[in-house]
Amino acid sequence: MAACSIEDLLAKAEQDEAEKLKSITVQKELDLEFDIGNLVAYDKNRIDIRQFREQKKEDFLRSLARDNTQLLVNEIWKHPTERVEEVIVVKLPEPTTPLPREKPPPKPRPPTKWEEFAKLKGIQKKKKTNLVWDDKVAKNELHRLRNIARAQKIKVPGVGLTPIAQQSKSDLARAVNVAKSSTASAGKFQDRLPKEKAPRNTGKKRKFQPVIGNFSNEKQRQLDLLKVMDSKKPRLDVNKAVNKQMREVDREEAAAKFKKGGKKGRKGGNFSGKGKGGGGKGKGKGRAGGKGQGPPSGKKGAGKPGKR
Amino acid sequence: MKQYGGVIKPKTKRAKRFLDNRASKLTENVKNAMIMKGGNTSMTVTQALKDIYALKKPSAVLYKKKNITRPFEDSTSLEFFSKKTDSSLFLFGSHNKKRPNNLIFGRLFDFHVLDMIELGIEKYNSLSDIKGSKCPEGTKPMLVFAGDAFDHENEHKRLKSLLTDFFRGPVVPSVRLAGLEHVLHFTALEGKIYMRSYRSLLKKSGCRTPRIELEEIGPSFDFILRRTHLASDDLYKTAHKQPKALKPKKKKNISHDTFGTKFGRLHMQKQDLAKLQTRKMKGLRKRRGPAAAAVVAGETSLKSTEVE
Repeated sequence: MAACSIEDLLAKAEQDEAEKLKSITVQKELDLEFDIGNLVAYDKNRIDIRQFREQKKEDFLRSLARDNTQLLVNEIWKHPTERVEEVIVVKLPEPTTPLPREKPPPKPRPPTKWEEFAKLKGIQKKKKTNLVWDDKVAKNELHRLRNIARAQKIKVPGVGLTPIAQQSKSDLARAVNVAKSSTASAGKFQDRLPKEKAPRNTGKKRKFQPVIGNFSNEKQRQLDLLKVMDSKKPRLDVNKAVNKQMREVDREEAAAKFKKGGKKGRKGGNFSGKGKGGGGKGKGKGRAGGKGQGPPSGKKGAGKPGKR
Repeated sequence: MKQYGGVIKPKTKRAKRFLDNRASKLTENVKNAMIMKGGNTSMTVTQALKDIYALKKPSAVLYKKKNITRPFEDSTSLEFFSKKTDSSLFLFGSHNKKRPNNLIFGRLFDFHVLDMIELGIEKYNSLSDIKGSKCPEGTKPMLVFAGDAFDHENEHKRLKSLLTDFFRGPVVPSVRLAGLEHVLHFTALEGKIYMRSYRSLLKKSGCRTPRIELEEIGPSFDFILRRTHLASDDLYKTAHKQPKALKPKKKKNISHDTFGTKFGRLHMQKQDLAKLQTRKMKGLRKRRGPAAAAVVAGETSLKSTEVE
């Protein structure tokens, strides 16, 4: 009994399905070929000419068109759909019928004269990095290297000026002066512009101790100074003393030779110059020792010809 | 536009845009059609041209003036016009005693004539003759070609391709389901070609796919095939050449079997099975010699004491 009812049910279900699909099914001998990308359908079935002649032409064509369109629409509806802004669209595949192009496909542009030359010579294009010179980085690099040199006790030549991006008036003036004096003759023969003033504040900067600083240091220094001035004995630099003695001896010998040589001794003129220079130096330096002997306060200017 | 040895240099931005649009591209523009009249035209022909222009709007231009040329003999003026308006399809209508109510459908490749097919109008019902509401302008039509002549005969095959090209409109990735209104139906029967234009109504059916009902709207033609000028095979082949860039890139290493399962290959280095990383079980670890045994005994005794 149950089996019968199941069979009945199945049969009924099939019938219902057939009913539903009746409205959209079309019977054709040959299946149609479709190109959904172009929304085209090709019906290759033979058309019955007798039927065509019997019926009214228009009606025959219309029914044929209706059947074919139904099949085409059935095929289109098989494709996936999606909702785009409250509208249901069907996604079409790529068109399959080969159709000729409008124009030939674009040709790659011919190489320029340079490109041809480069290919001939084998020159490859080098990519430039996007790095740009930065003054801060350069300054940092300079200090880093100086630190390393100082740590390793390598002598580093003094650098005049480091480059700065935004230079003020004073910086520029300083740069000009540095450039001017960095010639073989230390800027002595460099021309000046008509209204250019001579640079001031050049020369070695004297460093002074701060007025109120380290009291113990100051105290120590003053006491040392007094000690030096007080001592009866001259401060003796053994090296300098020995050198001075040797020079004295040489000068005496030279003078003796000069007296002996006479005309030949003209060469001695050089020696005297040297001796003078050496003597001057020796005197100037020796004076430090001699200072202690004389009265402490004195005309310093007169007593120090060598120092300037 | 200034010319220099054939190279046109645009003077305005609009001109430049037009030239860029006209240049060869990978994916091409919609084919533009130029509809023109010959030396002598009849009312039928003028009306027919107007109707086809209405079907093909907006990618068509309708010329008002008469052009005294014969496309089958001399196609230079056609080519000149096509270059000026960037059109690769044309429709030339004329009328004379020998060939009354003549329409020449044609297409160009690289601004030179590719195919030309002459069709004579035997019966014609214009848009205005047929009453009823029409489809909006610019709807992409569904095309149906019925009759085995379209499959067996060479000229009919070319005609099929030409008509598809002419009427298909822009190639789109998706189409609104409710907007599939226009149907153009071509039937090849007894040497004649019947063209009908319908409006499709999507009626409710039991299931998702609607039932189609047709309503005739547009112009209806009864054509007879006259002369043809078809492109040579190699020119036809060149016109069909697609640029390589458009071909879909084949993904390496992926293969499909007959059931549709997707397969890929994994390439592994040779594995040393002795050094495989597996689950570690402390008890199964190898112990070395009597010392090891003592350790084991000690361990076990420790464990037992802990438990207690």
